[in-house]
Amino acid sequence: MGTSYTPPTNPDWWREPIERTEIIWIVLAFAWCVFMFGWMISWHWIGNQNMRNEAYQTTPEKFSKHLSDQAAKYVVRKDAATGEDVIAPPPGSDVYLAGMQWQWRPILELQKGKTYRLHMSSLDVGHGFSLQPENINFQVYPGYEQVLNLTPNKSGTFSIACGEYCGGVNAIGHHTMLGRIYVKE
Amino acid sequence: MATTTMSDFRVDPVSGLKVNRTANTLVKWNAFAAVVFLLVGGLFGLLVALTRMPSVQLLPPELFYMALTAHGLVNLAVWIIFFEMAVLYFLGAHVLGNRLATPRFAWAQFWLMLVGAAMVAVAVLAPVWGGTGSSVMMTSYPPLEAQPHFYLGLILFAVGALIGCFVFLGTLVVAKREKTYQGSLPLVVFGGVTACVIAVFTIVSGALILIPTFVWSLHVIPGFTIDPMMYRVVWWAFGHSSQQINVAAHISIWYLIASLVFGAKPMSEKVSRFAFLLYILFLQLGSVHHLLADPGLTSVWKIFNTSYMIYLAVLASMIHGLTVPGSIEVAQRKKGLDTGLFTWLRKAPWGNPIFSGMFLSLVGFGFIGGITGVVMSVEQINMIIHNTIFVPGHFHGTLVAGTTMAFMAVTYWLIPVVFQRKIALAGVAKLQPYIFSLGAWVFSIALMGAGTLGVQRRHADITFAGQPLAYEYPEIAKGLMDLGEIFAVIMAVGAIMFIVVVLASIFTGERIAEDSAPWPKVEDADVVAERTGKKHIGAWGMEAPGTFVLAMVLFVTIVLYYFINFKYLSTIWGLS
Repeated sequence: MGTSYTPPTNPDWWREPIERTEIIWIVLAFAWCVFMFGWMISWHWIGNQNMRNEAYQTTPEKFSKHLSDQAAKYVVRKDAATGEDVIAPPPGSDVYLAGMQWQWRPILELQKGKTYRLHMSSLDVGHGFSLQPENINFQVYPGYEQVLNLTPNKSGTFSIACGEYCGGVNAIGHHTMLGRIYVKE
Repeated sequence: MATTTMSDFRVDPVSGLKVNRTANTLVKWNAFAAVVFLLVGGLFGLLVALTRMPSVQLLPPELFYMALTAHGLVNLAVWIIFFEMAVLYFLGAHVLGNRLATPRFAWAQFWLMLVGAAMVAVAVLAPVWGGTGSSVMMTSYPPLEAQPHFYLGLILFAVGALIGCFVFLGTLVVAKREKTYQGSLPLVVFGGVTACVIAVFTIVSGALILIPTFVWSLHVIPGFTIDPMMYRVVWWAFGHSSQQINVAAHISIWYLIASLVFGAKPMSEKVSRFAFLLYILFLQLGSVHHLLADPGLTSVWKIFNTSYMIYLAVLASMIHGLTVPGSIEVAQRKKGLDTGLFTWLRKAPWGNPIFSGMFLSLVGFGFIGGITGVVMSVEQINMIIHNTIFVPGHFHGTLVAGTTMAFMAVTYWLIPVVFQRKIALAGVAKLQPYIFSLGAWVFSIALMGAGTLGVQRRHADITFAGQPLAYEYPEIAKGLMDLGEIFAVIMAVGAIMFIVVVLASIFTGERIAEDSAPWPKVEDADVVAERTGKKHIGAWGMEAPGTFVLAMVLFVTIVLYYFINFKYLSTIWGLS
């Protein structure tokens, strides 16, 4: 007697005891839920990979100013692949990186094991910072400047792809959008 | 108050339900529209799949982004919401032996949704005939800008769906007042109410953001712009929650099918209803899953929301995940299959697509969509998954392997009841859930593998051909993309099999006369147990020990997968 598509046969259904299979499972599942909640919070203290929660409102003009100031101070060489300036800010300093249709600029050179204050914003539409092959991903928006303390723990050549569709109507360069970070020992 | 006479109703010989003719017509049209849009969206999906296969790359970028926008909108929104309208009307009218409140408004729902969907289609597909398109993806994040009728179409579609929700709620009021049922609402209708409440929240959120965005796209108010972050926060209350409607709807369908096929009753009305209540209270908080890598939102806000307040909505899903197969096990054991741990499951009717589809949906949703969803929505783990192709891998696990498979399964039962036709091509129908699920499962898993290796979603070309700074993905990532998309083709074959069976059945299937003899009904497991004197079932003091073992397999898998991801996270660059 009783199905899921007919009214409960027992009008006092809320007083029926719960069967053992369900009770054990609910207790186990709830314990896991509480654990996951606690673990996510505690990773802010025990883990080395966390969002910084530091962000500012900005404008493409203001952010461009940071980029040109940075370029004036820290150019170290020309990039072999593109002939563009490679920017190498000193460890501990502020590093500015912009997404724009369709590139990440400037090309950066960082040192392994050193920490930098990375500022990210966009000069036009939304973009996605996607560092490969580390596979670290953030949203980047015009008008917002996100700040993160970044500590490369490997040396080599890293690419930044775009993780947020930024093509727009009849404008389709999203999948060609790239940037680069060189990390030296 | 409208008066109803018996001629407005028929007694359905297949289900024994008292069916209101007007309500039935509306269920028919909504379900039919849904299936047509499944076909349209599925074809765009096939084009997307064949382009994302690195060794094929079918479409040029312009058409790829157009096809991807169309695929997302049609399959995520149009197919599913049309089907949900059919489900809500069926639950409110058919299941309760009730008439539909205000059928005229129900027709308004249908036509508004249809006109809205057509308007969006015209906006998106314009490049095909040389017009300016709206290839802004389903998410349409400003400052990317679509044609004004793109937003207007979405608004009309949403308003239509909102009307449908209120028709459903009105129908419940009618049932209560006209006493078409006694006592509490049946569990599946309670699940429908859950879906409906979530839908109202969803659609109102959508209106809140799409109406100003539409105004912006007209450029009539100087200086009026849409803040990109504000848009994302509000839009996802619409975009994510719309997928939560599906969860409540397809879980109701699981419960329904367990009763239809096995004569099962819920293990505990209290537990299952409480789990639905947890959905109403907490599921929508999950909208923040899309905002975890965004600037300007704090970790406190992100953690509270992304965990659905201590994972209470995850708890609800874990409960349904146990109680649905548990109710089947209890029914099977009461009917005599009370030996061993899994005899009840082995002897289930695996050749019946209503059951096989439902069970594959349950397993696919839990193991593929569910586990990965919980893990990827951890604030920190999101950083190594956000916007990679892992994300489409995950949501094809929930939406295709889960929701769509469940909707297909129940369609095999709805066709005789609603369209009064026998299923044509029964042999094809029998195989269909297996082919479709095989495609969806391997596709999802392969894409999640590729996403872990950094392959991005929404990319027309992952080779970065001709770029001086080009990045070369590992060969295995490309191999996984090829493998996944091959199974996407298999999934498409499964979808086409479904559509062929549906169209063949409703247009050429053998008619079921209204006065034909009632179909044999599956006996309630309780009735059988009473007749045979079976009192104690199960093992270890549990009525459903086999289901408990299956649930523990899920539990161990999620724990392992959770820590594997944290292990991987701990090796990347330091971020603080």
